[in-house]
Formats: sequence, structure tokens, C-alpha cells
Amino acid sequence: MLKLLRNSWLWFAVALVPLLRAVYLLAAGELVNPIEFITRSSGTWTLVFLMLTLSITPLRQLSGWAGWLAYRRMLGLYAFFYACLHLLTYLWLDQFFDWAAIVADILKRPFITLGVLAFTLLIPLALTSTQGMMRRLKRRWGQLHRAIYLIALLGVVHYWWLVKKDLTQPIIYACVLSVLLGWRVYKRLQRQRS
Amino acid sequence: MLIRRPSDVLPSEITPRDVFLNRRQFMATAAGSALLAGEAVAALKTVPSRYSASEKPNSLKEITSYNNFYEFGTSKEDPAANAGRLKTKPWQIVVEGEAGKPRIFGLEDLLKLAPLEERIYRLRCVEGWSMVIPWVGIPLSSLLKQVAPTGNAKFVSFETLNDPKQMPGLLTRVLDWPYREGLRMDEAMHPLTILAVGLYGEVLPNQNGAPVRLVVPWKYGFKSIKSVVQIRLQAQQPQTSWNQAAPEEYGFYSNVNPAVAHPRWSQASERRIGEFFKRKTLPFNGYADQVASLYQGMDLKKYF
Repeated sequence: MLKLLRNSWLWFAVALVPLLRAVYLLAAGELVNPIEFITRSSGTWTLVFLMLTLSITPLRQLSGWAGWLAYRRMLGLYAFFYACLHLLTYLWLDQFFDWAAIVADILKRPFITLGVLAFTLLIPLALTSTQGMMRRLKRRWGQLHRAIYLIALLGVVHYWWLVKKDLTQPIIYACVLSVLLGWRVYKRLQRQRS
Repeated sequence: MLIRRPSDVLPSEITPRDVFLNRRQFMATAAGSALLAGEAVAALKTVPSRYSASEKPNSLKEITSYNNFYEFGTSKEDPAANAGRLKTKPWQIVVEGEAGKPRIFGLEDLLKLAPLEERIYRLRCVEGWSMVIPWVGIPLSSLLKQVAPTGNAKFVSFETLNDPKQMPGLLTRVLDWPYREGLRMDEAMHPLTILAVGLYGEVLPNQNGAPVRLVVPWKYGFKSIKSVVQIRLQAQQPQTSWNQAAPEEYGFYSNVNPAVAHPRWSQASERRIGEFFKRKTLPFNGYADQVASLYQGMDLKKYF
């Protein structure tokens, strides 16, 4: 059982469930506003996978088991994958590749600006996610990949700013992110004291 | 997802056959059925109206399963899931304020004021989606005339029921309850403004604002307040819920206007539910010929 749970392919499949569910709901004609659903769902799962990626370090430190690290790259790349879907939905199904309108939208609407900025910052992380890149970049790799702190923050604010009135969901993500980043600050202070 | 179809639909063809045949079953099984269990569906006798749009209405399923009605929750599915708790009988609307003959109307009194009309209207939500809905209702003016508005009656304010026992969404302070809306007197008296008591020829489902709601088709959807219990004639412009919640985002007038963007999104286009491509939003939601004169000389950017 434990062996099965440690199998990366199992988790790779599990992480595809949101996509498969969306495809099923679309095919079944269950959705009244399918485009809105895809936009929201892909955004939600981008945030979830960002939070999961950021959970690996605290889990490792709390459990004392280093094996968690084996899953971090996959989680991060899944965040990137759902972010790509999210952006594609916006560019295609919301704006129909009207580039003039898209540029105007990005400049005019702060929540779109943040979203695009967060996505742009994800690109170098996805590109440098290979073993080879880790070896080549050495210390710089770790510095570069700390950009995820900013990306997650931008993602949460992006959500916060687009909600019409009910902030429940963005608040939940903000709390989770506060805990995940707060833990890192706490560990750092601990190290400085010792 | 549907591609646009031509809108040369005869009134007799409006209800898709399968919807019509499945309706009893749908009403009995679908979340948030309009009626108490076991009660027969109440068909309403209506006369057609010259104010009806000639576009194809959205399906009953679309109209009744995708709603904003924060008293039952803030997600689109919440009203259909939770509005079954709303008790719509008996129901009273208190009409008071600057009126010579203030009075309380029961629902049955409303039905006597004017012949029920079917009004097929476009509905444009401030969020950027739209539908076409075959409402059943009476002109609001027919009710207001009954109470003899005084010369001071410059505005009309409306309130929704405020009962946490029936409306679980009231437990969260997402808006300052009760939900309030308002119109200028001439807007309220305009023939397009109706009190709706039904849709698709039957009693309003709870999630659509049963038993009686306002419908102002040239304004964003939130102006068309649901489940109305109080109407007040007054001299001052009323406080309205969304305007109070975010004054820069939701104005008192809130006329559909593609030229005035919401601070966080454009209003130039909309997605009609059931369609893949967006369509251009029309000034006053396509009712400019009938209502633009109400706003002559007003700066619509300022009075958004």
C-alpha cells in the first residue's frame, strides 16, 4: 500500500482528475455557462497546485521524511499546466485572440495585470524544472525558484480583486498562503537564533 | 454550446416541446422546484405583449439553474439548491410612503390589477452574461396607480424579504440586508417595467424571485429585485444595496451601457448563455428606442 502511495504515476493521474472532470461535465452538457466554469476551475486548480508545491518544504521539515521532495517538481509543473489552461481560456474563449483588446485589458485591469505577471514569472520556473537545469544553475536555481512565493501571492491577489463581493474563497487561499509563508519566516528566525 | 440561430420564432413555438413535456417531471425533481411538493404546476393565462423581443428564449433549465440570489448563497447554483425553503404563500407587499391610498397587496390582489402579459425580455447581468426570458407579469404602473402617488413621489424604493430562517444566505453579511433597490418615478411608471409573477407561462420558481419580482429590462440584472415585500414612494433617491456595497462599481441608475466599463471589466460585450461567441452589448440592452428619452440631457458616464 505504502509502495503504491509513493508511486509518482498514481499522483500524476490524480492531478489530472480536475481536467477529466471538466471534460466530462462539458461533454455531458451539464454546465449552463461552460466557459465561465473552465475559467474558474483552471484558476482554482492553479492556486491549489501552487499551495501544494509550497507545502512540500514544511511537510518535509515537520515529518522528518525527505521523500516529499520527489513530488515537488510534478506539483509545480501541474500548477503551470492549469495556469496555461487558464490563460488559454482567457485569450481564446474570452477574448478570441483579439490582441489589441487583450493588451488594453492587461493594462487597464489590475487583476488581469497581476494574473499575466504571475503567469510570466511561472515560465522560467517551468523551463528550468529539469535535473539538468538544476545542475547547471547550482545555487542560482534555488534563488530563481523562490519566485514561487511572489507568484502565489500575485495569484491570490488576482483572485481577490476579481471577486464581485463574496471574498470567502480568496480569504481561504490567503490564509493557507500565510501559514505556508509564515512557516518559512518562523524557520528562518529559528535558524538565526541558533 | 449553441451557435446563434435566427430569431424568427413564433410565440407558439417558444417552449421547446421536450421542455414542455418534461416540465412536470423537472419541477418535481430539479433542485429548488418552484412549488411545494405535491402541488400541481400552476399555469398562468397570459396575453402576448408588443414589448416582447423576437429572440429565442433560453431554456427553462438555464433560466432556473443559473441565478444570482445572494439570500440563498453567492454561487450560481446556490439559489436553485436552497430556495426551496422560501414560503411564498401567503405573501404581502406593503405599498406606502408618498401615497394618497397606501395599502397592503396580497398576491391575489396583484393578479386582479391588469391582465397577465407574457413579456419576452433580454436580461443583461452586470457580470457580463445575458439571457432571454419569457416573463409573465403586469406593468408596475398598474400597481402604483392604485395607491395614488402624491406630488412628492419622485422615487420608488423596493425591499426583498429578510428572513434568515427561509434564506440561509442572510447569515453571511455579504451585503447589508435586506436587499434594497430603487427607481426614479418615471422609470417605475415606464410601460417596460413590470412586476413578474411567472415565467414560461407558469408560476415563478423560487430561485427566480418568487412570488413577485421587479423586471427592468434596460438595466443590469441586479436592479430587478426579487421576492419583493415592500414598495415605498419617496422624495429622496433611495439607498440601494449594490450601490452601498461598492459605489464606484454599481451606480444608482445602472443602465446597460457598453460605453461605460465596470472598473474591473469591460461592459462592451456579453456572453449570451448557450452561445459560444460573445455578442456586442447594446445601449440600454437594446431598449434605447423606448427608454433613451428618460435620460435626455443626463451625462450617462456620471450617472452610471
